[in-house]
Amino acid sequence: MPDNNVTNILVVGIGGQGVMTATEILAEAAIALGHDAKKTEVAGMAQRGGVVSSHLRFGPKVLSPQIMAGTADLLVGFESAEAMRWCHMLRPGGLVLMNTARLVPPVVDIGLYEYPDDPLAEIKARGYQVHAFDAMAIALELGDVRLGNTVMLGAMADHLPFPAEVLLDAILKRFGARKPHMVEVNRKAFEAGRAAAKMAAEEAVA
Amino acid sequence: MAAILPAPSNSRLLLSGNEAVARAVWESGCKVAAAYPGTPSTEMLEVLSTYPDIYTEWSVNEKVSLEVAIGAAFAGSRSFCCMKHVGMNVASDALMTLTLTGVIGGLVIAIADDVGLSSSQNEQDSRYWGRFAHIPLFEPADSQEAYEMTKIAFDFSEKHQVPVILRMTTRINHVKALVTVGERMAHAASGFKKEPARWVMTPAGAGKRIPLMFERDKTLRAEAEISPLNTIENGKDKRVGFVTSGPAYMHVRESFPDAPVLKLGFSCPIPLEKIRAFAKTVEKLVVAEEVEPLVETELKAAGIECLGKDILPKQGELAPNVLRPAIAKLLGEPIPEMPATPAQVFPRPPTMCVACPHLGVYYTLAQIKNITISGDIGCYTLGAGHPWNALDTTISMGASMGIALGLDKGRAEADKDKRILAVIGDSTFLHMGMQGLLDMVYNGGNVTVLLLDNRAVGMTGGQSNPGTGRDIHGQEAPRVDFAKLVESLGVKKERIHVVDPYVLPKLFKTIRDEIKIPEVSVIITDQPCVLVDDYKKQKPFEVLDEKCTGCGNCVDVGCPAIHVTRREKVVKPSGKEVELQFVRIETSACTGCNLCVQPCAPEAIVHADLTKPIRLVKH
Repeated sequence: MPDNNVTNILVVGIGGQGVMTATEILAEAAIALGHDAKKTEVAGMAQRGGVVSSHLRFGPKVLSPQIMAGTADLLVGFESAEAMRWCHMLRPGGLVLMNTARLVPPVVDIGLYEYPDDPLAEIKARGYQVHAFDAMAIALELGDVRLGNTVMLGAMADHLPFPAEVLLDAILKRFGARKPHMVEVNRKAFEAGRAAAKMAAEEAVA
Repeated sequence: MAAILPAPSNSRLLLSGNEAVARAVWESGCKVAAAYPGTPSTEMLEVLSTYPDIYTEWSVNEKVSLEVAIGAAFAGSRSFCCMKHVGMNVASDALMTLTLTGVIGGLVIAIADDVGLSSSQNEQDSRYWGRFAHIPLFEPADSQEAYEMTKIAFDFSEKHQVPVILRMTTRINHVKALVTVGERMAHAASGFKKEPARWVMTPAGAGKRIPLMFERDKTLRAEAEISPLNTIENGKDKRVGFVTSGPAYMHVRESFPDAPVLKLGFSCPIPLEKIRAFAKTVEKLVVAEEVEPLVETELKAAGIECLGKDILPKQGELAPNVLRPAIAKLLGEPIPEMPATPAQVFPRPPTMCVACPHLGVYYTLAQIKNITISGDIGCYTLGAGHPWNALDTTISMGASMGIALGLDKGRAEADKDKRILAVIGDSTFLHMGMQGLLDMVYNGGNVTVLLLDNRAVGMTGGQSNPGTGRDIHGQEAPRVDFAKLVESLGVKKERIHVVDPYVLPKLFKTIRDEIKIPEVSVIITDQPCVLVDDYKKQKPFEVLDEKCTGCGNCVDVGCPAIHVTRREKVVKPSGKEVELQFVRIETSACTGCNLCVQPCAPEAIVHADLTKPIRLVKH
């Protein structure tokens, strides 16, 4: 935790993956615990498959909504290359929770650019801790690729300065209000993400 | 989006600046609110439309929205309109005379500047409008302030019978932060009272109002000097004091916790004397303002020594990573070390959606040689990108029409065989394009217009317009018939074609035939945006690996669901080396639009067998 007691979490991915929603749920959990919070995006025309980076800062009092490069406590990458793109935002030795799924954009498909060979290795080479797992496969196994953001939230659950249950409550509250039939499957996705991150953490140590 | 039932008063809510303003407008007893969608302002009206007891509308453009708000304020009601920064360029004709008449009911105009250019064609500074139109301007620094200032703005507007501008930026509009909300108050309209000398602005009438405007300037300046929105925070490190406003205030506070700060909330007219007194308490005065050196110039003109754009950039946000090194340099301190440099990763520009009807249009345009394409503002601006490269100009809303005509009339000898096309969406056409088409017809232009009617304001999230047949609440509304509309503007009936953009041969033939005819043609495509309810998904496709020959034709469609799995260089019998691109379709994303199937000669793209488990393909 930095000196001003503000926690900085950066959630990154591409438009349509639910990055902004996940960050908002995280913010709601922080608020439920009495924190001040600010959430901001660099999204551009994100609905069209562009880069999304969502900043969440919470603590006793938050001023600027933006996380400065080199000060993020946690980076959550919803996509491999996006995790790599933003890893410089982490404080030295900071933790990356990373979905190993690759979403290849048209500029790569038509041969203008290369997709990095091994984003995971590149991030590790910069001295960051990485817990990597395939959140997309987990979501598809549960029947819906859109569960990916709840899987990623589950993965964060044991890396926050508050109990996992607070985050789970925030997720279930949101779905309870909007899509009650989705509550159970989101609970499962949360637990599956949490377990995957735990396993990835053990692998990272081994 | 806010809930349908407004949250009870005293709730502490996580609201974006836009949601906070909407709540405050509603609580202020506002009766009429109007806007045209535009990032980052859209959600203000979108959220307001969910509140009870307030009339809201999507207007056809920003000028009309402001005029609706003016009418309501003349009738004595409180009214509101909001727009993105460039919207005020359109609305300013009304604004510049509104300042002479003033208002009866409070009128608040929220303008959202896109500092940092997240979704706009320029980065203009709306604070100029306050100066230009001689009207007060407030600048919130976060959601809570946006909420509070909106409420103060209504009272202030009524007290001085002057409209008030609320200047926001993307970093206010789209940042979510905590807001404590209150009650809705009742506001009774006083009624419209005939007063031609005030409401009918003839030269004689306006001439009498101008001195009143200058008198008002003095009153407003006195108000700014004592306004509680302009605050001084004393800091113990007097080496640099800051005059700042909006999100830059938060960045200054974050970066220099011990610095004295004069925060401008009521920033036009500026409280010069307050700043002059503050300047005397610090060694150096720095103006931290996004974007233009506006306050800085005014301070220097008033003889107040300060620094500003000589040490800070004129473009983009003044975030801590910009402020800290600039001030360190000013003080002769070591420049803070830059953290790790970013990794080199391919760019990921926005793309059109899977199965977007525009894909068919741009795939077709990319096949036609010797054309110049005048473009417009909307999702279809993306046609300028890869793989189509089929859009040559973009300037402002509706500009595709006039620019196409100018490209035609001003053509060089070398371009005499070039065909001129214009591409415009339904909402942009209704916003400001139809006047341009009328001009083109009237003046005998030689342009083929593609009117892409996808029944939505797509880029901002699928809002309604007079072409969608629905109002802001999703209720049925009169629907424009585009074919009849353009015919009534003078386009010959035989030059008007309505085509399905998913049927490529017909689309190709229609465009190719029409560009040969030296008069105005309008080709209307009629399939809905894939993100609106009107769009119906079809059975998805997959690629049969054994049949794919790697020709890459489907890749040229530009659909993000098509992925190249492997490339192979081969030498053709002619001796020419070509690169083959073998593909797969992301079946879980495909909605079966059939576009990629049409250019596939070996018939390798077939309906997916959904009984098989979904195959995850790793690159």
